[in-house]
Amino acid sequence: MGNDRLALAALVAPAIAFLIAFFVFPLLMMARTGASGPDGLATYLTILVDARYLASLGKTVLLAGTVTLTTLAIAGVAGVFLARHRFPGRRVLTAFLTLPLAFPGVVVGFMVILLAGRQGVVGTIAEALTGERLVFAYSLAGLFVGYLYFSIPRTVLTVMAAAEKLDPALEEGARSLGAGRWRVVRDVVLPGLEGALLAAGAICFATAMGAFGTAFTLATQIDVLPMVIYAEFTVGANIAVAAALSFVLGAITWAVLAIARTAAGANVAAAG
Amino acid sequence: MTTPIRLQACGFTHADGTCALQPTDLSVEAGETLALLGPSGCGKTTLLRLVAGLARPDPGGCVLFDGRDVTDLPVERRNVGMVFQSYALFPNLDVAGNVGYGLKIRRVPPGERAARVARMLAMMRIQELAHRRVDQLSGGQKQRVALARALAVEPAVLLLDEPLTALDAKLREQLRVELAGLLRSLRITAIFVTHDQGEALALGDRVAVMRAGRIEQVGSPHEIYHRPRTRFVASFVGILNLLEGEVADGLFRLPGGSLPASGVAPGPAVLACRPEQLRLDPSGTLAGRIAAAFFLGDRTRLVVEGAAAQPIVVETVAAAPRPGEVVRLAAEPGCPWPLPPA
Ligand SMILES: Nc1ncnc2c1ncn2[C@@H]1O[C@H](COP(=O)(O)OP(=O)(O)OP(=O)(O)O)[C@@H](O)[C@H]1O
Ligand SMILES: [Mg+2]
Repeated sequence: MGNDRLALAALVAPAIAFLIAFFVFPLLMMARTGASGPDGLATYLTILVDARYLASLGKTVLLAGTVTLTTLAIAGVAGVFLARHRFPGRRVLTAFLTLPLAFPGVVVGFMVILLAGRQGVVGTIAEALTGERLVFAYSLAGLFVGYLYFSIPRTVLTVMAAAEKLDPALEEGARSLGAGRWRVVRDVVLPGLEGALLAAGAICFATAMGAFGTAFTLATQIDVLPMVIYAEFTVGANIAVAAALSFVLGAITWAVLAIARTAAGANVAAAG
Repeated sequence: MTTPIRLQACGFTHADGTCALQPTDLSVEAGETLALLGPSGCGKTTLLRLVAGLARPDPGGCVLFDGRDVTDLPVERRNVGMVFQSYALFPNLDVAGNVGYGLKIRRVPPGERAARVARMLAMMRIQELAHRRVDQLSGGQKQRVALARALAVEPAVLLLDEPLTALDAKLREQLRVELAGLLRSLRITAIFVTHDQGEALALGDRVAVMRAGRIEQVGSPHEIYHRPRTRFVASFVGILNLLEGEVADGLFRLPGGSLPASGVAPGPAVLACRPEQLRLDPSGTLAGRIAAAFFLGDRTRLVVEGAAAQPIVVETVAAAPRPGEVVRLAAEPGCPWPLPPA
């Protein structure tokens, strides 16, 4: 018994050491750095009442939220469709879908510019149709498109995996009891996918909150939180504020992930 | 609540060209229970899905409920109750939620819905499980919930796909009796899929025996057992002894002696008999040696070697001889009988 404990401790110890060295320690350092400026701990208060930081925070959360919901809607439908239907080219399409996962944020930003920048495809088509050039690459809309581009693939893959596991008999059972197509989706398919959607949504949200490369490429007018942190850190040399902002960004994202996990857990428990 | 069902030339071919069901005619009378019996892969589920509306027959096929053509109606508009082999209970709803689901879809007001759910649960004797999660139920309880859910909407027909297969032997026996009583008292038209011949004979008012996408014979359990029309039906339902020998002078000559064979053309022949049509009889004309004896409780099943080319199965309720003993067999009148065509 004692030996088992000892063995267990020996096995767990490296993990704990790793956790402390690379996770807890930097986090504490950062939290402390946030309070190291001229305002001390009040730096945290400042960033929560400062209109510019607050606006940036709101914008970032809104963007991440919208990206998440849009991704879930698109990837949910596409994932179930891909899982359910066998057609020529399905494997190629599925493989192709994972391609954006390989690109760094900078490349995604570059693609958004090619799509909706000043010389972009969308602009050219819009000009031909309406006489006006449509350029949205350098705004939140551009960032939105870029984030969708790399959120959708991984969400589609998660949904596909979950949809393969849905028992078709459940849907047939609901239909035999009189449920129409939409009722089946609402009462059987969505509850069946709930865990996967929550998990994928949480990851999607966290990624959109913290992504930097794309925003940096599209640059200029976009002041999402990672950009503000970067600016404070490099241009303003305002290390305390940058650290405090980072800490808040991390806390919010972590809270959302935790809530999603709890909701998923409660749901899984209820659903068995 | 009693709806006759008719299938006319209903076949089904899968997308990959596999023909799961040859064009088939079948009618089930109002209030009747039809058992669909056959080996795995013979098309039982396919036939049931065509009746349910979960699959569409190949062009030319036609499904009639009460004389009305329902071929174009999808399952949700046919008012059928289905019980799936896996039960297919909704994991996100409790027992009462499952049973009341069809009523909710039909917009039955909550008060009345609760009353009807309670009635169904009482009928299936699972009242105390109303608020249980479905993953906390035993197999037999799930089966009852699935049945209650299907019956709660007062369907025109009840379709059951191997409802008892997933249960252990004892429970299967018990639920078989309950189900028989239920079907009889509800007088609902029901089709019941099984690959267990005992279940089919016990539960079906009539039995349809299927083989390779075709119905080989439809008839009462008695007919199916005692007057099989094909060799397949004869051997699939119950135990059948096949005897190879030669008919001459009204006698069927076998390696271990002979049996009477009246009305059979002389020459080499393969005749059949059921275990219960043979008996141990010291004055019997066929001798063999006991190869094995299986005690079944109420009777003993004996395997007799040497009497015919292949071992013969005989059953006896008396004290059973031991393996190795030599016994003599006598046959009932009319036995052995010529086999139906293959
Ligand atoms: N999706 C499919 N594509 C092609 N063939 C199929 C498909 N599903 C079933 N089949 C074939 O159709 C035939 C009939 O299947 P069905 O499910 O009706 O058999 P069953 O009698 O219910 O068998 P079991 O007792 O095993 O449930 C089988 O030979 C099966 O291989
Ligand atoms: Mg089947």
